[in-house]
Amino acid sequence: MSDKNIYLPYLMRIAEITEESPAVKTFRLEFIDEVAAQSFDFKTGQFGLYSAFGEGESTFCIASSPTRKGYIECTFREVGRVTAALADKEVGDIVGFRGPYGNVFPLEDWKGKNLVFIAGGIALPPLRSVIWNCLDLRDWFKDITVVYGARSVKDLVYKRELKEWSERSDIKLVTTVDPGGETPDWQGKVGFIPPVVEQLGLAAENTVAIVCGPPIMIKLTLPVLERLGFPPEAIFTTLENRMKCGLGKCGRCNTGSSYVCKDGPVYTLAELNELPAEY
Amino acid sequence: MANTYNLSHESLKGLFGSLRRDGRRILAPVDAAGRVELGEVEAPSQVAADYLQTILSAKEVAFPKVERLLSYTIAPGRVDLKDAEPRALPTVLFGVRPCEAKAFGALDAVFNWDYRDKFFNARMEQLAVIGLSCTKADEACFCTSVGGGPADATGSDILLTPIEGGYLAEVCTEKGAAIRALAPDLFRPGNGVDKAAIAAKVQQAFDQPALTSQLPGMFENEVWADQALRCIGCGACAFVCPTCVCFDIQEEADPKKGERLRCWDSCGFHQFTLHASGHNPREVQGARWRQRVYHKFSYYPERYDMLGCVGCGKCTRACPVDMNLKEHLIEAAGVKA
Repeated sequence: MSDKNIYLPYLMRIAEITEESPAVKTFRLEFIDEVAAQSFDFKTGQFGLYSAFGEGESTFCIASSPTRKGYIECTFREVGRVTAALADKEVGDIVGFRGPYGNVFPLEDWKGKNLVFIAGGIALPPLRSVIWNCLDLRDWFKDITVVYGARSVKDLVYKRELKEWSERSDIKLVTTVDPGGETPDWQGKVGFIPPVVEQLGLAAENTVAIVCGPPIMIKLTLPVLERLGFPPEAIFTTLENRMKCGLGKCGRCNTGSSYVCKDGPVYTLAELNELPAEY
Repeated sequence: MANTYNLSHESLKGLFGSLRRDGRRILAPVDAAGRVELGEVEAPSQVAADYLQTILSAKEVAFPKVERLLSYTIAPGRVDLKDAEPRALPTVLFGVRPCEAKAFGALDAVFNWDYRDKFFNARMEQLAVIGLSCTKADEACFCTSVGGGPADATGSDILLTPIEGGYLAEVCTEKGAAIRALAPDLFRPGNGVDKAAIAAKVQQAFDQPALTSQLPGMFENEVWADQALRCIGCGACAFVCPTCVCFDIQEEADPKKGERLRCWDSCGFHQFTLHASGHNPREVQGARWRQRVYHKFSYYPERYDMLGCVGCGKCTRACPVDMNLKEHLIEAAGVKA
């Protein structure tokens, strides 16, 4: 009878809301309970279930870096019932959070390597956590490159941070928008992510690639990386299967014998190649 | 090791009385106008005689169809959360089939392999199972193909096997011993009864270990799509299944208060894996049927070292379009790589 209720969320206060792009918002969330605020810890790559009380829970990554203490951030697009209810919230409102769940990006293993992050659209948030984590541990790594693309200029998220990264000398940022998505003063590239990656002439040696995006982007980017010489063990991605529990029980993220919520969400391409393509 | 006794029909009546005096409710198969399902009983005379299988499974005793996980009230700038406590009554599940008794182990594997589920555990702590060996079977049964048997004691705290004048009673666990201790005089020394001679004969239908080892290599085989052609995705198989554990979490709320509920779900439903983006990892019914088979016969063995199927045949009997799990597994086992 001593088991705790594993479905009970933390209560979080919305400390800050950032409008990222049409229908995409970032919440900064602070723990209401002081003890939880002090004891809470997570590692980059992990995710949580966020509650809009009255509507239910949705799964998003933790988009902030574990090196930034005292809060967590999530970025979401308004697409369904729960995200619509979240989007209606204001600063000071209360939401729920369960987590952190899942495995992590193995930063220790990446020490001394070059890092290439490739993200499409609303898939930058999970990589933003890793990118900031790596920037805060900058001397662990060699070159850091970020390739980020979206359908159009207005669909790019984290515009302030993109500007900050473009001005820093210790990170190379390449942004691109799909043809037709550019504006007259757009300074970045125009084109889909896979060819943009191919043109960068990345050296695969001593480099890990971290890729996240819509299924079609991932499907077309992986062959490019393989052509550039990246072995499947050096390509990482993070899956976001539908989930209800996040605890390895409800069954819906089950892919092969793997639970994305427990054995993932971070997988290498080598690991994904062993699973049925049900993600 | 099981301690074996004889329990006469008259003694069973006494045992029911002892269990009730001990504050336990007794759930047993009850015949309601020809349909046999679990219900609360006070005496053995109320238990359905000569039944083969209930339509629904016994899993609801430990894993209810709908269960409150938490509740809350909402006020401006404020949410108050309330933990939920499962209403776990001391319960004896009487007369369930060995396959159903065994199925609780498959549920336990999921609910406790990592995080522990207090709702399931609270109910299991309060539950004792008195199983009843099968003396007959039908064409949907295949317990002997999945490591069970019509007189298998796995999962039963006490297993009864019908004999002349009463039952052979095997006390298998501490919980079973505690039940016997309520009325030790009712349990008479058992004689050497050949259980196998009394139990139903269920022919082994397929070679399960061979099937399990060949499944990883036949994921793309057309047999799954073929078998699922007539599947209408109704989910009845999952709802009657004693081991199907997949669930949904839903909100019931108004602007001021709400509760979060866990409800049974099925991998056979299109929405089970549907992403918010519209992408669906298991787009077609064939992929969902394959998931059902693989989860039970490939992923469960790999992950929990047991099967996610006890061969009860409930899914086959409940299926409105006559999908027959045993026949489909025989067919799959016969596919040459």
